[in-house]
Amino acid sequence: MDLNSIENILIPRSRSEIPELTERDAFLAGGTWLFSEPQPALNRLVDLTNMNWAPLTLTATHLQVSATCKIAALAAFEPPHDWLAGPLILKCCRALFGSFKIWNMATVGGNLCLGLPAGPMTALAIALHATCIIWRPDGTDYTIPAVQFVTGPQQNALGPGEILRRIDIPIAHLKHRFAFRQISLTPEGRSGVLVIGMINQPSRLILTVTAATRHPKQVEFSTWPDDNTLTSKLTNEIPDHLYYDDIHGKPAWRKHMTGIFAKSICTELSNP
Amino acid sequence: MKLQINGKYFETSTIKGECLRTLLRQLGLFGTKKGCDAGDCGACTVHVDGIPVHSCLYPAARAAGHAITTIEGLADERGLHPMQKAFLEAQGFQCGFCTAGMIMTASSLNQAQRAELPVALKGNLCRCTGYRAISDAIAGVSHTQHSLTDKICGANIMAPASEDIVTGEARFTFDLAIDDLLHIKILRAPHAHARIIAIDKSAAEKIPGVHTILTYEDAPPRKFSTARHQDPADDRADTLILDRIIRFSGQRVAAVIANSEKNAEAGCNALNITYAILPAVTDPYAATQPGAPMVHADMPNNIVAEINSQTGDIDAAFTSADHTYQGTYHTQRIQHAHLETHGAIGWLDQSGTLRLRSSTQTPFLTRDALATLFEWPRNKIHITCGRVGGGFGGKQEMLVEDIVTLAILKTGRPVKYEMTRAEQFAASTSRHPMEVSVKLGARADGVLTGIELNVLSNTGAYANHAAGVLFHGCNESLTIYRCANKRVMARAVHTHTLPAGAFRGYGLSQTNFAIESAMDELARLTGLNPFSIRRLNMIREGDPLVSISTDPHDVEYGSYGLDQCLDLAEQTLAATPIPALAGWRIGKGIAMGMIDTIPPRGHFSTAVIRLTETGDYELDVGTAEFGNGTSTIHAQLAAAALSTRPTHIKIQQANTERLEHDTGAFGSTGTVVAGLATERAARALASKIITVAAEYAAVSLNFCQLHATHVVAGNLEVPLAEFFCIAKSLGRDLSATGHVTGSPRSVAFNVQAFQVAVNPTSGVINILRSIHAADAGRVINPMQCRGQIEGGVAQALGAALFEQLQFNESGAVSNPSFRNYHIPAIADVPTTTVLFADTYDRLGPSGAKSMSESPFNPVAAALGNAIRDATGIRLTATPFAADVVFSHFLDK
Repeated sequence: MDLNSIENILIPRSRSEIPELTERDAFLAGGTWLFSEPQPALNRLVDLTNMNWAPLTLTATHLQVSATCKIAALAAFEPPHDWLAGPLILKCCRALFGSFKIWNMATVGGNLCLGLPAGPMTALAIALHATCIIWRPDGTDYTIPAVQFVTGPQQNALGPGEILRRIDIPIAHLKHRFAFRQISLTPEGRSGVLVIGMINQPSRLILTVTAATRHPKQVEFSTWPDDNTLTSKLTNEIPDHLYYDDIHGKPAWRKHMTGIFAKSICTELSNP
Repeated sequence: MKLQINGKYFETSTIKGECLRTLLRQLGLFGTKKGCDAGDCGACTVHVDGIPVHSCLYPAARAAGHAITTIEGLADERGLHPMQKAFLEAQGFQCGFCTAGMIMTASSLNQAQRAELPVALKGNLCRCTGYRAISDAIAGVSHTQHSLTDKICGANIMAPASEDIVTGEARFTFDLAIDDLLHIKILRAPHAHARIIAIDKSAAEKIPGVHTILTYEDAPPRKFSTARHQDPADDRADTLILDRIIRFSGQRVAAVIANSEKNAEAGCNALNITYAILPAVTDPYAATQPGAPMVHADMPNNIVAEINSQTGDIDAAFTSADHTYQGTYHTQRIQHAHLETHGAIGWLDQSGTLRLRSSTQTPFLTRDALATLFEWPRNKIHITCGRVGGGFGGKQEMLVEDIVTLAILKTGRPVKYEMTRAEQFAASTSRHPMEVSVKLGARADGVLTGIELNVLSNTGAYANHAAGVLFHGCNESLTIYRCANKRVMARAVHTHTLPAGAFRGYGLSQTNFAIESAMDELARLTGLNPFSIRRLNMIREGDPLVSISTDPHDVEYGSYGLDQCLDLAEQTLAATPIPALAGWRIGKGIAMGMIDTIPPRGHFSTAVIRLTETGDYELDVGTAEFGNGTSTIHAQLAAAALSTRPTHIKIQQANTERLEHDTGAFGSTGTVVAGLATERAARALASKIITVAAEYAAVSLNFCQLHATHVVAGNLEVPLAEFFCIAKSLGRDLSATGHVTGSPRSVAFNVQAFQVAVNPTSGVINILRSIHAADAGRVINPMQCRGQIEGGVAQALGAALFEQLQFNESGAVSNPSFRNYHIPAIADVPTTTVLFADTYDRLGPSGAKSMSESPFNPVAAALGNAIRDATGIRLTATPFAADVVFSHFLDK
């Protein structure tokens, strides 16, 4: 929609051109969320899409995904055959509520920064133990694990003026086995529960729970869990109040399905 | 900035923050539509460098240097794009508002995406069709009949506007450019109940471009109802254009009129309102209790309409019953969600006549209401409709024309008001939420002894349609059962919530859910199957048509096909194999419904048809086309009467300047009232032409015959264009008028059947089979009527499975967007097998009956009954969302 309060759009082409951000500024990437709601609090947008960051870069150790990489570009990426978790990329893209037309505009970084519980790029980054590279306004950088990036519904770890520059996914993790479970209240609707299981080392299961909870939750098992261990650990690590309550799923259902999915993932991954 | 659009270069400027959709429409490319304005519905889909995007999300400035293709640029010198042709051949649209976006998306799909439409089309919403026709279009299936070997009535003629729809040329309400236009934005109240103490306009008035600010001080003191009925006295006059008392969160507080929406919005944001917050009641039960806050000062108990009526002796009926069942059912608040929001554009012409172009189902009644409200002569107000982007009853209200008129009169300038999608959800109207308690008594053999309904309807802050919906809801849903003892106690209650209003089914979907669910339980108690208990108790042709009153009425059996509908549904359901799905519970269920073909107490229509100098016919009808398909029906009825082809019928519709009066297209009357008027006019004209031809050729009438392009009179064969001149020179008028009063009325029936699979772990409901049998009389256009039924079933499935307006603690709608108020997408809708009873109605035009609202009504109960059969769980509240259904399994 027309953002009627916007008076100016800046289009920096390099880091030095990025202005100091005020309360009435926002960074613009794909625009698929910013332009979907009135933004009366904003009067200036800083468009990051002309920074011309390479969308995807494959290094010896990482798949580097720029924040402005469009979801369509990520979905089109052909992972090497020995990346057992390669298909997880497309599964997470398809878990996005928006259609392929949204993929043509929406960015990976935008999905993380928006911080919706159902954000599937958040799930992907966390499940694969990605690192977020963040630009400070003073020109320095820092990194945080992706699991710490989204802190609550539409809340993230970025400080004022900070920019999510890149998400680095370790190739080592892309070579692990995974299992993926997702459910929505409607067949292609917004995720109510999304659980990804991965085996990082032999007999070491890590579950990534998103959509069900107010912020992402990663639960790690040092030994292969039986049903009781699984249930008790989930109960301990995800207290009831952490299950998200909105029109896309009642907390009790999200908790119930998280448990069901955890068990079925455990069963799937326990088979060699 | 420079950009290329449809192969042409444009140099244009753009306002910061503007989206591409707005830019395109400003350039006159109106095919690109504003549906949700939030990237959810896809009506604005265009291609940027060949890649489909939602242009409402695409920053306009970003389009610089790119090549844009809109629906207007899809066809090339060789003609229509194959996908446009496919939508034409399959008639993959009804109102057509979503079609441009649908075609722009579909035309970009690769083979893999076309094979997976539930995923590929999840960003395209259609509220009318139920998607089958769209899937068929994309698959290349053709339904339209081009050669008319058969009778015209009964043929699958394509809609007259088809080519305009698929090319984006069809002009909807807002698809016109007007110079010097002012825009309205409304400031809405954040409180459920408050009194405005002060409005500080000073900051807003200083905003550049702000022209006028309207508050309660500017509004005429006369109260009105937003509801439109033939008789304005049907609805309590309780609404002011702008009121000092706020009765629901979302009510208008002030209107800012400015030279752009941007400036008007800035004006709204700059208004400073002081409220005295008053105690509010949002629960309908609480509203009836002593001491509850009053919604209207002159209505102490908040009860706006009441029924307390019975036939026979209900207490004796239950005492003597061998089986009784009692249950309480709840239906939620849902939105119409037509893709074109409410809105109107208007101006004063040089003669001082007020002209409005509005998205309405009732142009004539709204004109009358404005004349009364503003004390203007009726002939100084004219309302026309463009093509209307869906209605579903939502546009049987005057929700915008009042404020637009006030703004025009205050400013003297052309004014436009287009509701945002958020306003549509949070501040227009909804279906009435109802609590319906039903009690059934039956003898051991299953014969009903008594039916009792106890209804509590929450009509919200204003009384629009409160009484009508209550009475209608308690009428046909009871009449369909032959039972001597019936009692209804029903109340429509005010609360400090969003007003409810007219919604497809007009009360019947809510009561049908309760009664048909209860009948399913009674079948189990009596050991009968769901078909048998209905056959045992349903009215048969000739039975008295009695709900709760034995007073005389004007409803007759013009035809009767309920028995056939049950047979068709039963046979088709029985032929459905029961699949083995590990981990799922399988079951089937049915429900039936009845609707009077016309609303009571008069529904008037006039049609005028004339032969023109081209040899074609010009037909004037009062009803608007909003996807109901009546234009096609009118063309077929007129063509049949005039022995011509539908393409020779040029229809002018919904223009108060061209006809005296038309009650409007609501209550499923587009075919049975306006269509009948058309048929009468056309038949009268046909005999007039024959008469004049006989006179001209000086032969007996028996030697004259009207053909598609000429008239035969004795040995003469005169082309119609020539005949027009002949008649003119003879001073003979070749026009005719048809009048219909809407009485007597007939009855139509629907039976819905489902086979479902329910997952006891997740609560997910999977519809394996959907069957709908309809008694529509003779079906004038089977392709189109099928689409109407499929669309009704789809809309009802949204209501049955997931749609729900939710409210926050201050009484405001908390999910005012398609992202959080999901309506069925293609993935949500099963294929419905549509079957027609073979009947011919002696009251309707060429044997036809209404089939607009009624397919909606039995869907929720049929689904609930199938779930009951599958799981043993009786769901008593819609929607049956998985996160609710699963908890019933935990309880078991």
